[in-house]
Amino acid sequence: MPEQYKLILKHADEPGYTPDLGCYLRHGGYEALKKAFATSPRALADGKSLSPQEVVRDDVKASGLRGRGGAGFSAGLKWSFVDRRSGKPIYLICNADESEPGTFKDRQIMHKDPHQLIEGMIISCWANDVKLAYIYIRGEMPHGAKLLEQALAEARNAGFLGKNILGTGYNLEIYVHRGAGAYICGEETGLIESLEGKRAYPRIKPPYFPAVLGLYMCPTIVNNVETLCHVKHIVTMGAGEYAKLGTPNNTGTRIVSLSGDVKQPGYYEIEVGKVTLGQLINDANFGGGLKPGRSLKAVIPGGSSSKVLKAGEVFKLNRKGADGQMTKVDVPMLDLPYDFDSLQAAGTMSGSSAIIVLDDSRSMVETLANLAEFYAHESCGQCTPCREGALWLAKGLHRLSHGEGRKADAEYLSHIAQNIQGRTICAFGEAAAWPVLSFIKKFKDEFEAQGAADEAAHAKGAGPSHELKLAASPNQH
Amino acid sequence: MTVKVNGKTLQVPKTMPDWQGKPQPTTMLQAARFAGVDIPHYCYHDKLPVAGNCRMCLVEFGTPMMGPDRKPVLNEDGSPKIAKSVLPYEPGTSRGAIACASPISPGMEIYADSPATKQMREAVLESLLINHPLDCPICDQAGECKLQEYSVQHGQAGSKFVEAKVHKPKEVDLGPRIVLDDERCVLCTRCIRFTKDIAGDDALGIVNRGSYNTIAAWQEGKFDNNYTLNTVDLCPVGALTSKDFRFKMRVWFLKETKSVCTSCGTGCSITIGSREGVIHRYEPRENDAVNGPWMCDEGRLNYKWVGRADRLKDVLVRGQKSDWSTATREISAKLASAPAGSVAIIASARQTTEELFLLKKLATKLGALTDSIAREGEGDKLLVNADKNPNSNGARLTGIAFTEFGFNLPKIADGIANGTIRTLVVFGEDVTKHGLGADLLAKLDALIVCDILPNATTALATHLLPGAAHAEKRGTFVNVKGRLQKFMKAVEAPGDARAEWEFLHELVFNVTGQNGFVSIEGLFNQMAKEVPAFAGLEWAKVGDTGVNVPI
Repeated sequence: MPEQYKLILKHADEPGYTPDLGCYLRHGGYEALKKAFATSPRALADGKSLSPQEVVRDDVKASGLRGRGGAGFSAGLKWSFVDRRSGKPIYLICNADESEPGTFKDRQIMHKDPHQLIEGMIISCWANDVKLAYIYIRGEMPHGAKLLEQALAEARNAGFLGKNILGTGYNLEIYVHRGAGAYICGEETGLIESLEGKRAYPRIKPPYFPAVLGLYMCPTIVNNVETLCHVKHIVTMGAGEYAKLGTPNNTGTRIVSLSGDVKQPGYYEIEVGKVTLGQLINDANFGGGLKPGRSLKAVIPGGSSSKVLKAGEVFKLNRKGADGQMTKVDVPMLDLPYDFDSLQAAGTMSGSSAIIVLDDSRSMVETLANLAEFYAHESCGQCTPCREGALWLAKGLHRLSHGEGRKADAEYLSHIAQNIQGRTICAFGEAAAWPVLSFIKKFKDEFEAQGAADEAAHAKGAGPSHELKLAASPNQH
Repeated sequence: MTVKVNGKTLQVPKTMPDWQGKPQPTTMLQAARFAGVDIPHYCYHDKLPVAGNCRMCLVEFGTPMMGPDRKPVLNEDGSPKIAKSVLPYEPGTSRGAIACASPISPGMEIYADSPATKQMREAVLESLLINHPLDCPICDQAGECKLQEYSVQHGQAGSKFVEAKVHKPKEVDLGPRIVLDDERCVLCTRCIRFTKDIAGDDALGIVNRGSYNTIAAWQEGKFDNNYTLNTVDLCPVGALTSKDFRFKMRVWFLKETKSVCTSCGTGCSITIGSREGVIHRYEPRENDAVNGPWMCDEGRLNYKWVGRADRLKDVLVRGQKSDWSTATREISAKLASAPAGSVAIIASARQTTEELFLLKKLATKLGALTDSIAREGEGDKLLVNADKNPNSNGARLTGIAFTEFGFNLPKIADGIANGTIRTLVVFGEDVTKHGLGADLLAKLDALIVCDILPNATTALATHLLPGAAHAEKRGTFVNVKGRLQKFMKAVEAPGDARAEWEFLHELVFNVTGQNGFVSIEGLFNQMAKEVPAFAGLEWAKVGDTGVNVPI
């Protein structure tokens, strides 16, 4: 039976482990930073050599580390895009705006082991010649912000931050910046705008790729909390050893947030790809199975914006046989290894590694209406398809889940969602559209039956008119 | 760089000017224009930072397919194989790019009228319209509205929308000159970008979120810089309306006349909107050599005097209503017989260059002292000039005034006081405010005054000639930077009022015997022959945006 592999959360949940510097140091804290600073230049085969910073950057690339925020993009590659010749300062931002519904992994790190994040950040900053970095933390996490401020003050006092860090001559300052409660601030360019004091409207790309034109139009790296923590472990273990964790192209560990209809919801750190979706849901080491008498209906595998998986679905995935040949094999949904590539091959994504389990007591219509309301409320409203489409979806789904549905609503809603995805400034368009497209595609009968039932009831003259009223927002007139 | 637009291969520059005029990689939208293809857009504007938010300019495109050897993959006929851009997660669906912000690349193919492009446009238009009030019948923008135009060109007749519309604030008092209807707004942010990046006033922004987004001023009613009305022009829909113009006139009834603003020495190119002899609005007319696409509010609203009820409409000789032939005959005789130096002429730098040229001819013949009146005020960094005369350089170049206006005024006053000057000709100025008081003017044998509106000087005139406003005649002005611009006639002058150059050329003929100025074209061309700064110019060759002349 697979077990958790605790790398990031190795100490965090140990009894008596506290978020202060003393405790962190007693557990080997800031040794990775010292090791990084002591990195030797590396001679290359072609006679050139890498500076110590370049060695660390190279190691991060070699480790196969992929971003833990949602997109799963290679962290080393992201760093390699940074414009280092612009003459402008390079900024690093830790994206701690953990807002994807179902996701609660970064807060574990920030609340329980903030120095691990700070150490990962210092190493990452040093490796990228960053002198000023920010932690952009979600406004709804005041406790995390407070702990981070304390930890930063401790690190400063101990000489891990500020001027001439550990006598190396390297200067770095890190500031905590609190958001004000908008999901869109997790989008890296929206985050940058917000950090600049503006409305968090994501920027158009091109031309505003953060690696070139980021914060204050300077080259900027934006990494997720968990991603930055992994940098520390890559330095400690070495890229080669780190890459042995997990599976090829899906290296390292990941903290999975498991929620919904399981006996043991919570966060579980696993080696990427070494545990299947089914094991995460059912094994006693993880979710512990469904509640008594219930059966599985669906799984949202990577945060609320990922496409839903239906119980019983079987996917054709490429598998490398013993002979090295790729063959297509049938993989039932619950046997999908929980990693980046398998879920993508199954037409969805591991996203922010937040699994939401739905059992047979759940109405897919109501579940989707709930999600759509969230996206309508969180759409920043900058670009047309998402601004108008997200609320349109929410209104239609509200109607359908409140006795005013039509059989044609399944098509109607899919049509609206289809006109959002791929046409927006940022990936929020996909986030709003994918749940709708996947729910309706995979549970079309349920949506049509709901609409048909409403129509039949209406034909008998029943049912009041329902107009969507989104949950009260202070900004809503 | 070679690209293909709608199947047409064309060469386009690698870089093009951005909104500030700096060279930047050519965009798909700019490239399409070379092919004569206008890609529809709301938020994009040539002279504003690119926002990319409306998504109306989404177009399907393709790029040459590259093989593993980084060489183009070829079709059987040797042409490069094109890979259409598709959604990475749904390879069967094309992925559009916003033409306004996407740079072209070699061999790119832009499909501005493909089914996929059309579908994307239809969807954006549908989204823009679902919460729109569709109140075109009472909307001031109707007739010049991009929602209407694109709906005709790219929209669909119906929508699937069955939900309740979002309601937003109506009739918001944004500032002293602007009313906002938030329900009509498409949130393109042109007004915000103009106000922040061009006018330098961070007064507008968006409040609320998502579909509830609304444009707002930092404080209601406080959107009050001198450029606010440009946002009404920029607004592609009927959200921002001018308090001055709203509900006054359907735009399709307006006759549009190319003209020049007279409120300061900048001389912004304008379009006069008039109907049946009444001016209803000024709008800036794009002229990169002068004002770009903008003008100030003060200048824009400074048109009502043209239609004032107290306009001078009658020719008066010694207070009695007369007519042009009588007055012209009498004045001609008076001037023709005037001893040298007994006449002085005070012209106005609000007159056209042609009129000033004719007055200078008279002055030369009569040995008259001439001058003009300076009109100084506040300027700003954008368009407003401290010189409030529209044609100071015209007055200088024709020689009617010196570099320093008012230089001869004391001499003229002395001349009147000591009796050497017996006749004073005044055009368009109230000289009683400039050292020539009523007592002094009473000493004259003749005070010949031409003006548009009554003042203390016109009241004392022995011969009062009603003149025409710039909107009532043709002519040219030379702005503070030496840009000579033509303007056209929009409306008729009231009563017997007449374009000054028309009767001035009669006077000049009668007094000097010189002829040839019976049309504005002939007059301008003659002036170009005689005034060195205008050498080589011809009326017909001066385009709508004018020409530079040495000043």
